[in-house]
Amino acid sequence: MRLAGLAFDLDALAAPLPMARTTVDAAQWQAAAAAVAQSGGRLVSLWGSDRRGGETGALVVSVAYALRDGLAWLDLALPETAPRYPDLSALFPSALRMQRATADLMGIDTEGAGDRRPWLDHGAWPAGFLPLRHDSKYGESAPRAEAADYAFVRVEGDGVHEIPVGPVHAGIIEPGHFRFSVVGEKVLRLEQRLGYTHKGIERRFTELDPLEAHRLAGRVSGDSTVAFAWAYCMALESAVGSTVPERANALRALMLERERVANHLGDLGALANDAALAFGLAQFSRLREDWLRLSRDAFGHRLLMDCVLPGGVTAEPGAAALQRMRVQCNAIETEARALLAVYEEHAGLQDRFMTTGRVTPELAAQLGLTGLAGRASGQASDLRCDHHWPPYDALEVRMATRREGDVAARVAVRFDELFESLRLIRALCARMPAGASRTPLALPAQAAFGAGWVEGWRGEVFVALELDASASIRRCHCHDPSWHNWPVLEHAVIGNIVPDFPLINKSFNLSYSGQDL
Amino acid sequence: MWKVLKQIGRNGIRTEPAPQFDDALRVAAEQIQREILDILGQALAIRQVDAGSCNGCELEIHALGNPYYNIEGLGIRFVASPRHADMLLVTGPVSRHMETALRRSYDATPAPKVVVAVGDCGCNGGIFGQSYASCGGVASVIPVDVAVGGCPPAPIEILRAILTAVRRGRQRQPSSADHAAGREPENARAGSGN
Repeated sequence: MRLAGLAFDLDALAAPLPMARTTVDAAQWQAAAAAVAQSGGRLVSLWGSDRRGGETGALVVSVAYALRDGLAWLDLALPETAPRYPDLSALFPSALRMQRATADLMGIDTEGAGDRRPWLDHGAWPAGFLPLRHDSKYGESAPRAEAADYAFVRVEGDGVHEIPVGPVHAGIIEPGHFRFSVVGEKVLRLEQRLGYTHKGIERRFTELDPLEAHRLAGRVSGDSTVAFAWAYCMALESAVGSTVPERANALRALMLERERVANHLGDLGALANDAALAFGLAQFSRLREDWLRLSRDAFGHRLLMDCVLPGGVTAEPGAAALQRMRVQCNAIETEARALLAVYEEHAGLQDRFMTTGRVTPELAAQLGLTGLAGRASGQASDLRCDHHWPPYDALEVRMATRREGDVAARVAVRFDELFESLRLIRALCARMPAGASRTPLALPAQAAFGAGWVEGWRGEVFVALELDASASIRRCHCHDPSWHNWPVLEHAVIGNIVPDFPLINKSFNLSYSGQDL
Repeated sequence: MWKVLKQIGRNGIRTEPAPQFDDALRVAAEQIQREILDILGQALAIRQVDAGSCNGCELEIHALGNPYYNIEGLGIRFVASPRHADMLLVTGPVSRHMETALRRSYDATPAPKVVVAVGDCGCNGGIFGQSYASCGGVASVIPVDVAVGGCPPAPIEILRAILTAVRRGRQRQPSSADHAAGREPENARAGSGN
């Protein structure tokens, strides 16, 4: 398979979306990065694997790029002593934290990257322990007594002071540390320190049966459980070379859109609340509760956890449940349109939303802002529209974009996507294919690779899976779009006032668990 | 403003009855005297601590604030500091990186204090278990009074666990607005999915 922009052939993966994998050398690694940057492609993910003992027998660093006509997964084998690979962060700034995480988890480092501080390793693991190396056993050495200090970048000058926040935050939010450098109320710089919810997900994958591991994928980030479970299942199905029934595909899309609507309803209420309009939270949280209760009735779980599984789906909503969903879509649309009118006419709310936390399209392109936040800054990409794959090809999804890049634009994209998803759900319910909703999967007897790529509500979710010859998981890498967007948030708050940070942060609503793994 | 008032008036009051407490959820013998529980039970301040969850439990804890569960109507508030709290509501698994922060939050909470562990992971580590990066359940780091399983537990179950921790069993009476609108709480629930 040939992808435009790359000077070599790749092996196509048997997935519904165009994805292909190949092994490159260091020169091709660098040439490919330059070619992708040149052609306007984007970095999706970067991760490391321990394939010693496998057919290539080496430590490997991998990168996934999104090109116009598909996804390219490139592997670079590294020597066992002093494994190093050429830095990508000069071309793709969002690679930097992924490279630092790869160094922490795999002990493979870059040549040429400026920032080499640990990222996921807070000094709590035993010295020298590398979680993703198969020969690295936990318990061989004692944990380090004192957590290591982190070298935050200091801002100096007249009247500059620091505000440290977290890891335990003031609301019902995930943990992380923010270090603000401010003058008066104005934010000069924000530096994030994440990794607090690192719970060893990628190592845990290697201990699970491939046919059961969708449950773990569905808990990488609870708000994106359908997206991750689907991406994992797509990866496993592509490794096995199996396709799922038409009905299963339609039901997966139905659940993914329900997840998108649930999150958008929650965020639209919370954003108004952060701008002191509690009315918005009361109304939208009521709609969200109605939505989750019907999800429970139709699929058996309010958040749809474990409803997508290898080979298909568990849930079997009947004709009556599908009809209830269509009716509910109409009711929610009517209410949300009334609330949209309230939001648009509310001067106080618009004053807080407009020009706050701005990321210009130029900056977004340079830093690799992706997903929903990217679309609010003119980065027109949505996997549901970019590629033809079932069942989205039959639905003609309309992409929502804005160019202002402020909180107001991220609110507007959520409203547009909410209404579009309601339309898609109605269409899926009206034309739900009959037949089986699951096919049995037979695991292969040789090593196999698979990949899954799904547009979750926050942005593109990617899963890279390696099975070994004994049909167990050798490596499963889960990628959340928050990896790209967290660093951009640091830029979005510059020059804003400290009290606007919660609003700006909420307008991105990034996952801690999804990037901490 | 007219549209806001119209929207509020049209929807009325949707709050449903609070659940009865359940002693089966208790994991520790009574640590706190009855009379103190009576006081905490009247107006409870909760500090929520995410000690490493996938954020699924947080979504359901958030839902307690919606008009159906209306936790503030029961006199229960989420506060911004453990120093203001009577109760810690903790989700897990406790990651190694959050172990110290969780201990410090517990130490900063004034006595008498109660701890409620939320979700399968908060109870026993859940699917993440114990590993180089996870300490497992909340009880492996701080004392737990009440634990509620589920992945995630539904909001009504989380509310039941909170009320169990303070032994609060009084049912909230249906409000007069419900009667005025000719609506029973049960109807509101049945109609909510449509």
